[in-house]
Amino acid sequence: MAGHVDTASSTAAERPPALSLGPIGWMRANLFNTWYNAILTVLIGWAILMIVPPLFRWAIVNAAGFDATSPQCRQATGACWAFVNEKMRFILFGTFPYAEQWRPLLATAIIVATLAAAANRRFWKPWFVAVSLGALALFGVLMWGGVLGMTYVENSLWGGLPLTLILSVIGLSVAFPFSILLALGRRSTMPAIKAICVAYIELIRGVPLVSLLFMASVMLPLFLPTGVNIDKLLRALVAFILFEAAYMAEAIRGGLQAMPKGQYEAADALGLNYWQAMRKIILPQALAISIPPLVNTFISTFKDTSLVIIIGLYDLLGTAKAALSDPAWRGFYREAYLFIGVIYWCFCFSMSKYSRWLEQDLNRGHKR
Amino acid sequence: MATHTQDSGRAPSRLSLNDPTVRAIFFQVLVIGGVLALAFFLVSNTLDNLERRAIATGFHFLDREASFGIGESIIDYSPKDTYGKAFVVGILNTLKVSVIGIVLATVIGTLIGIARLSSNWLLARLATGYVEIIRNIPPLLQLFVWYQVITESMPPVRLALNPLPGVFLSQRGITVPVPAADPVWTWVFIAVLLGFIASVIMGKWAKIRQAATGQPFPVLGMSLVLILGLPLIAYVAGGAPSVMDVPQLQGFNFRGGLVLSPEFAAILFGLSIYTAAFIAEIVRGGILAVSYGQSEAAAALGLKRGVALRLVILPQALRVIVPPTTSQFLNLTKNSSLALAIGYPDLVSILNTTINQTGQAIEGVAMIMGSYLAISLSISLFMNWYNKRIALVER
Repeated sequence: MAGHVDTASSTAAERPPALSLGPIGWMRANLFNTWYNAILTVLIGWAILMIVPPLFRWAIVNAAGFDATSPQCRQATGACWAFVNEKMRFILFGTFPYAEQWRPLLATAIIVATLAAAANRRFWKPWFVAVSLGALALFGVLMWGGVLGMTYVENSLWGGLPLTLILSVIGLSVAFPFSILLALGRRSTMPAIKAICVAYIELIRGVPLVSLLFMASVMLPLFLPTGVNIDKLLRALVAFILFEAAYMAEAIRGGLQAMPKGQYEAADALGLNYWQAMRKIILPQALAISIPPLVNTFISTFKDTSLVIIIGLYDLLGTAKAALSDPAWRGFYREAYLFIGVIYWCFCFSMSKYSRWLEQDLNRGHKR
Repeated sequence: MATHTQDSGRAPSRLSLNDPTVRAIFFQVLVIGGVLALAFFLVSNTLDNLERRAIATGFHFLDREASFGIGESIIDYSPKDTYGKAFVVGILNTLKVSVIGIVLATVIGTLIGIARLSSNWLLARLATGYVEIIRNIPPLLQLFVWYQVITESMPPVRLALNPLPGVFLSQRGITVPVPAADPVWTWVFIAVLLGFIASVIMGKWAKIRQAATGQPFPVLGMSLVLILGLPLIAYVAGGAPSVMDVPQLQGFNFRGGLVLSPEFAAILFGLSIYTAAFIAEIVRGGILAVSYGQSEAAAALGLKRGVALRLVILPQALRVIVPPTTSQFLNLTKNSSLALAIGYPDLVSILNTTINQTGQAIEGVAMIMGSYLAISLSISLFMNWYNKRIALVER
């Protein structure tokens, strides 16, 4: 190929070989490097061509307008985003009084902001616990109302995103202290305490959440003294607290086991008793290691809150299903499920990214 | 602890809380007392409430007529049967979806996990997208989507799609023809079992022979011959029956053939695809955990790529993969209880109906929990046994 090039011009800057650099080179290295990869690439490319353009036409080109009516939507061949537009506030906030829906919006924003702040290591200080409790209290005030001129809204009217958040966040915060005790108990040298903790953790982890929700909804009223009545939301919360305590205890146990023995011995050498050693030396380090698995537990709980639909609570999935049962808008399940799917996905994906980042960040000290 | 040696200088104090042994006993008695008090409180309340509501306790209701129908069942069941039999149907349905789901999820998960490590950029990105999307959306939502897709995109029974002769796709699910009942099939089934047993024995023999003489034996190929060949001989010897049980449209539904109901299909696909996303991550991690030096060492020993993969890489990767995969299998089994929400008659769904009809809430919930504990425990025991078999044998 280069046979006719004379030696004088070879000192001039040579062009890089087009076949191994640039977009073509990249494709040769990453898409067509072997014969089977070439076949795979062609097949996948064909599948993408078959799927993506129709999806694009459905979602955007042929979609009915945002303020279309239901009959207009039924005539359109594409998506009906008007359904989401129409039902958005119901899906997000359930049956909360329409005029007052700024309250759940603000309450949700407060919880999300607190969660986002808690992700920042600068805020991992004792005073932040007080701030979080304050945020939860503010959430309660906004949702219940009854003070500062806000009308009282009973919690059977709560639904949608605030309910999803409340079940996962309150479940997490109440279960957290219990889970620490359970994790410590499981590693205890006292046989009776260890046996009780192991039995509890394994029992809860061996049964599905649905059965715990059932227990809370049909058996809890039987367990309590006659006359004491607790509402559905509290029953679901009890189930979530029991459930999360066991799973978080296992995450924390992992952190405790990762602590080198020298730390325990150093605490003993300083003359600290068990609780002092735990509080001042072991737990601060073990909990920091446990945070990534704890975040993962939180993600699964967040997804699991959708199960409360089974005992008749209307969380995000429940309100979406309820919105679909409106006769005028029946059948637009694609749009509804896509809408809440995106909401769930944004929460879970950002948390899982955070947990992976944190894991690497916490590991940085041990890596060279 | 060795703290009691410190006491030697002091006068022996009797029953002080500073004595670790005494303290341990004191705390344990305290905790057990607390647990017992809580149990007593709950039980006495429960008995009190049951008496007030005039609910009889006990499992006698299991002998009563269930009088509700069940959509699909492996064993014969009619509404005239007892609650006890309905419960067995539920357990079998749960096991059916769990076992097939576990196999399917393992296959899909392994393929996706390997695809994530593919040198093909497009394939790796696609697999990453699959994992990131699927595992961050609640499984219940995915089940609803699958159920809607299957029921609404399929035509009604009268206009059933008929892509292959005898195969019908409709809102009632997928119906496929199966070979008509014939005693020969029993023999074919026995032949398959015999083939498996013979392969295991042959594998053991080949291992002993290789250890003694160094002669390898093509175990994999011979096993295939045994497992496929023996049933084939039985089939031909039995006269090779070719009558098929083809589904026929009768009235509003299909008769005959094998029916895959939309509920079952939705829960099976939904759970398998959800769990596969987690298994894919585990498989990918397991393969990455085997250092590249191992492949190089195998190559240096002159092993071919396939042999190196089978004898060097896979055994080490499996050691990392098996324990977390076990918990994924358990999750899939527990998640099969979501069947309740889409109407597949699993254990929870049938016991839920039972509780609603009889009011025996405590017994019903106890049966749900007991069954799942038993299933979880069996899976754990089996996987622990398998894990021990493949674990590193250290000196």
